[in-house]
Amino acid sequence: MLSTYVPIVGLFGLAAAFALFSVTAAPYVGPRRYNRAKLQAYECGIEPVDQPLTGGRFPIKYYLTAMIFIVFDIEIVFLYPWAVANDALGVFGLVEMVVFIATVFIAYVYVWRRGGLEWD
Amino acid sequence: MIEAPDLDYAALAPLLFLFGAACIGVLVEAFAPREVRHPAQVALALVGTVGGLVSAVLLAAGRDLTGAEADVTAGSALAVDGAGVFLQATIAGLGALSVLLFAERGLDPARSSFVASAAVPAGSVRDRELLTAHRVQTEVYPLATFAIGGMMLFVAANDLLVMFIALEVLSLPLYLISGLARRRRLLSQEAAVKYFLLGAFASAFFLYGLALVYGAVGSVRLSTISEAVATDGGDVLLVLGLALLLVGLMFKASVAPFHTWTPDVYQGAPTPVTAFMAACTKVAAFGAILRLLYVAFGTDEWTWRPLVYGIAIVSMIVGAVLGLTQTDLKRMLAYSSIAHAGFLLTGVIGFDATGDSPGLSATLFYLLAYGLTTLGAFAVLTMVRDGDGEATHLSSWAGLARRSPVLAAVMTLFLLALAGIPLTSGFTGKFAVFRAAIDDGAWPLAVVALLTSAVAAFFYLRVVVLMYFSEPAGSTGSGAVTEGPTVGVPGLPTTIVLAVTAAATVVLGVVPGSVLDLAGEAARFVG
Repeated sequence: MLSTYVPIVGLFGLAAAFALFSVTAAPYVGPRRYNRAKLQAYECGIEPVDQPLTGGRFPIKYYLTAMIFIVFDIEIVFLYPWAVANDALGVFGLVEMVVFIATVFIAYVYVWRRGGLEWD
Repeated sequence: MIEAPDLDYAALAPLLFLFGAACIGVLVEAFAPREVRHPAQVALALVGTVGGLVSAVLLAAGRDLTGAEADVTAGSALAVDGAGVFLQATIAGLGALSVLLFAERGLDPARSSFVASAAVPAGSVRDRELLTAHRVQTEVYPLATFAIGGMMLFVAANDLLVMFIALEVLSLPLYLISGLARRRRLLSQEAAVKYFLLGAFASAFFLYGLALVYGAVGSVRLSTISEAVATDGGDVLLVLGLALLLVGLMFKASVAPFHTWTPDVYQGAPTPVTAFMAACTKVAAFGAILRLLYVAFGTDEWTWRPLVYGIAIVSMIVGAVLGLTQTDLKRMLAYSSIAHAGFLLTGVIGFDATGDSPGLSATLFYLLAYGLTTLGAFAVLTMVRDGDGEATHLSSWAGLARRSPVLAAVMTLFLLALAGIPLTSGFTGKFAVFRAAIDDGAWPLAVVALLTSAVAAFFYLRVVVLMYFSEPAGSTGSGAVTEGPTVGVPGLPTTIVLAVTAAATVVLGVVPGSVLDLAGEAARFVG
């Protein structure tokens, strides 16, 4: 039964070998031309701010936005397999999905009524 | 081809009551004006838990759940069997009593055990203003209802993934409500953070064990695991997976050596929440442990028997010995809860793969009896107060019998039951689990259990002696009582809780026959 997992072990080996190879090879073959943007921790277009411990504090709004994002993210995760299996599940699946979306919506309504969606 | 699963709504009714009440509770938070929220939430939580209890009882009465009609439902994700429904009813009943404790508003001049506004920083000016405010963070009630629903799902889960989801559903609200005490807020928040961090580790252990078992068996369904275990019991992956699953579950059950969070969280959490955790979480976690060991690994008990044997001994000794050194009553009851987890594992050992397991019925009875008693003991703790909230230090309980004979008598009853003195429910429960262990040939374990019971009895009886035979705290020596703790007059909710738990402790000790029979009849898992 475990032999099913041999390819996965092989894949792990391959991934580890590639990572090891890239990390060891990069300092020798890569060019080094630094500028200010390149030395930042993340090159994603937004100016980095101070770490929370040294004084810069993040408003709690970001946390709320992230939470709401995750709630809908998870909802989508369940919607996709249902959409694929919709033919097989029929009306039962549709009803269950509506119930599921309604329960997620309850959480959303709570956030809305408590002012979680107001930015300022 | 995927087929739509059958839903047996009568069997799901207990769960639907709880989760339905919790969802409506969230809507009440969203739309109801602040003044009506507290009564509405209490009523909703009570409807949910009592409805869950009643529908579980009706389900058990209407079907032969121990024989032909024990079944699985919802695509065999849930088991509908005697033991599962017995545990669901126990959790719903204890949950309803806990909600009553949550709802008490008359004891504290600060109006409630729960914080007025959780988002206000502890110790700030606004926080001091709100200390005696009438408002309460009423999200506590939907959260507790979700937790109770998760616990009832936990004991009925027929596959490991559902068990994991239920574990999270019961844990996440518990982490939150542990941090919502109105007084000593930093201690409460510290407890919540500790519980969350360690609990997240325990969940990770459970998940890793689940992955290993799935790797070995190719299924997360308990009955499929059982078949694979019967043919391939010694598989390293299976044994490792079982061990990791047990770590995750025993953490929730606060079994030593996975108990380190228990004293801190029990002490820091608001006392009604501590009562809730000590009673309901314990029942739920042991329900899951029993189902995992008896159903999934029931054909291979020689793998888990030495594990459980050893852990039971460690838990009993750690609970009893460290309990001796405690000076805070909440911490003392936390160590008592660890020792009791060890006694419960003594019952779990009494497994018989060929027929009725004496350990299952004994453990079911013990869980019910212990849950009621410990809930009552924590309810008494909420009543002894000084200017800074509850007075839980041992010294402030000195001479309490003179101040309030009734309270001292009730507390004495609960402590005697926890110690396992005859004519209390504790004795019947201990007798049942020890006999199950001895029937199974595990008499050395029963001897250790008896010895640790004797050690533990010392710290329970010390409180009794302190209440009856010591000078009151703050006494000037001339008999005049000046300062020290006062005994609050409980409102209706706490009175109901005390009456029910005290009556149950006596009844289950004096005439336990019918409940023992009920537990004996219920003691079947669908395999």
